[in-house]
Amino acid sequence: MNDTQPIRMIDQPHKIGFRPAMDYLIDKRAIQFPDSQEFKTLTQKVKWIKHQSLMKLPELLEQAESQLQANGIQVHWAETTLEAQQIIHGIIKDQDADLLVKGKSMVSEEIHLNQYLQDKNIDALETDMGEFIVQLAGEAPSHIIMPAIHKSKQDIAELFQQKLGVDYTEDVDELIHIGRTELRGAFEKARVGLSGVNFIAADTGTLCLIENEGNGRLSTTAPDVHVAITGIEKVITHLSDIPTLIRSLTRSATGQPITTYVNWISSPRKPGEKDGPKAVHLVLLDNGRSELYQKEQQQLSLACIRCGACMNHCPVYTRIGGLAYQTTYPGPIGKVLSPHLKSLPATPDHPKISALCGACNTVCPAGIPLTDLLLDHRNSATDTSVIESMVWKFWSVLNRSPRIYNGLMSWVLRLYPILPKFMGGWTKHRKAPDLSSKTLHDRVRHYQAQQDRSSK
Amino acid sequence: MTINNFEFSKHIYLYGTCIVDVGFSEAGIDAIKVFESYGIQVHYPMAQSCCGQPAFTSGNPDEARKVARTQLDLFPEDWPIVVLSGSCTGMLRHHYCDLFRKDDPDFERAKRVSEQAVEFTEYLACLPTLESQNKEPVSVVVHTACSAQRETHTQTSTQEILKHWPHVEQKSADHGGECCGFGGSFSVRFPNISGKMVDDKCQSLEATKADQLISSDCACMMNINGRLAKRKSDLKGQHIASFIRSQCLPETSHE
Repeated sequence: MNDTQPIRMIDQPHKIGFRPAMDYLIDKRAIQFPDSQEFKTLTQKVKWIKHQSLMKLPELLEQAESQLQANGIQVHWAETTLEAQQIIHGIIKDQDADLLVKGKSMVSEEIHLNQYLQDKNIDALETDMGEFIVQLAGEAPSHIIMPAIHKSKQDIAELFQQKLGVDYTEDVDELIHIGRTELRGAFEKARVGLSGVNFIAADTGTLCLIENEGNGRLSTTAPDVHVAITGIEKVITHLSDIPTLIRSLTRSATGQPITTYVNWISSPRKPGEKDGPKAVHLVLLDNGRSELYQKEQQQLSLACIRCGACMNHCPVYTRIGGLAYQTTYPGPIGKVLSPHLKSLPATPDHPKISALCGACNTVCPAGIPLTDLLLDHRNSATDTSVIESMVWKFWSVLNRSPRIYNGLMSWVLRLYPILPKFMGGWTKHRKAPDLSSKTLHDRVRHYQAQQDRSSK
Repeated sequence: MTINNFEFSKHIYLYGTCIVDVGFSEAGIDAIKVFESYGIQVHYPMAQSCCGQPAFTSGNPDEARKVARTQLDLFPEDWPIVVLSGSCTGMLRHHYCDLFRKDDPDFERAKRVSEQAVEFTEYLACLPTLESQNKEPVSVVVHTACSAQRETHTQTSTQEILKHWPHVEQKSADHGGECCGFGGSFSVRFPNISGKMVDDKCQSLEATKADQLISSDCACMMNINGRLAKRKSDLKGQHIASFIRSQCLPETSHE
């Protein structure tokens, strides 16, 4: 999609909705945080770790680069999504490979890597089960943690039957088995594997990757070459701080005390070692992040550790699902980030499609004030119509002039019973408001006169 | 009424809010009567209009600030400013200090207003318990606004007040903490999503089979009542002040 072409979100609730799925995740998270004070304390720690790393981000990135290089990991800088695509394509081409096995990576979604490689006749195969399902369906992930959360088991049974030629089954274990069998062969063949990164330790030059399916470990160890890709904001000062971040991330995301796999990648295969990739590359993507880093308030969004709790708790996300946002990152954090990664004119509805209920703020493990950042985006909106501006001017004048305000409101209420009750979108789903017969100003005036009379 | 030796302000300002002014004005008089039953003198500044929230949340901070500035003049004394609607309390208490940055000449005044502002149920919950004249059993479901839960932290004050009355049974709604879908301009820009949210809210409120729906947030209430009416529901939301007045001072009428 062209970056300047506005993305219009569809004001259309999903036919089924995601409430049961989201409730499941909300409950699982809640079990992990029985003590709200402990959550607050952990949030303060996460915020501190992320903030003090972000504060010195440029220096930290340089430190990480030299540490990684000292460990034998090759570091590549990509300012744009195209640069990232080209770097990764170059690495695959050097191996003469035509297959890439991919662990889950939202940054690879952000750069639309699969499409790019497909155009170059390279098959990029998603190996995370959810990602595998959405790839088979020709869709994008609808959640950053649970990519196929919008699909029912019936949808998946049909999809596997059509695309993989297997018998229709709704047995979830059987479906997983079918998917894994399909993927196993690819792991054996692929010479290049790709993964995302959750955290980079600058002091030791270590990449940390957490996952549940083991496909991340396979993608990063079975092929000869491992390419990791992530955003520049993922760098952390100390390796020793990462366990705290993981503790907060997994509990917030899936309600797990820890994920099944925690991968620490510190170098390619060393002499004498029998396995592991012969080369490890790290692609660090900017794509608007440096610019975001310069913005006083919005920069707080760089502290995001990508747990998805904000979307799980968002009543809007629950109604429309992640695909409706039409951007890589959906939900509250997506509404804050997408205007930076694309542009605000390209995503005009993102900051507006929120009732500012604040449910996201209270569960964010990095303490990001998401609704404040949405408001800040609204203040920078460029698509305000002339009529809308005039309405606010009129509103402002009216509310600053007590005499006009009082007089007009009295008259509005007097005439209201005979006024037409069509109010656009409002009355599509509701009856027009049942306004009072008199304003409170008029009632108070009347009440006070009554009191004065009776006290005389 | 002899209460105890602790003092509470004998004077309060009543900030009605524009939504109560036109949509729930009887609740304003009910609130005055409730406070007067404590011997509190209620001052209602006649020049009040709107706190500025609609423009503030719609991305028009300049217009919001202009309106808010006029409201700062209304409260010369340091009496509590009792606000009749939840999210407006949040606006005064939390966002006035964002709206008037530190370099603004009115920052100190805005800060003072934000410190004086108190939500109706929050204030009432601090006062001695009112005796209910009504002993007829009644079940209620309370809609707690997002601002009460996450901005002003007054989500329990209505329950605090009602728990002293054994004849009032409090029911809880499924997903009670979820937003009703109002969100100001959000409900106009995205009517279908907002409509779905308020419909879900109404369904869970109706499912409690409560006799009465009450809330201290009139913006939510206008939204919910509009949908309840469209659903031809028997339920209709009432401001908590009106409910309390009807229980404690049933003999007084509105006019």
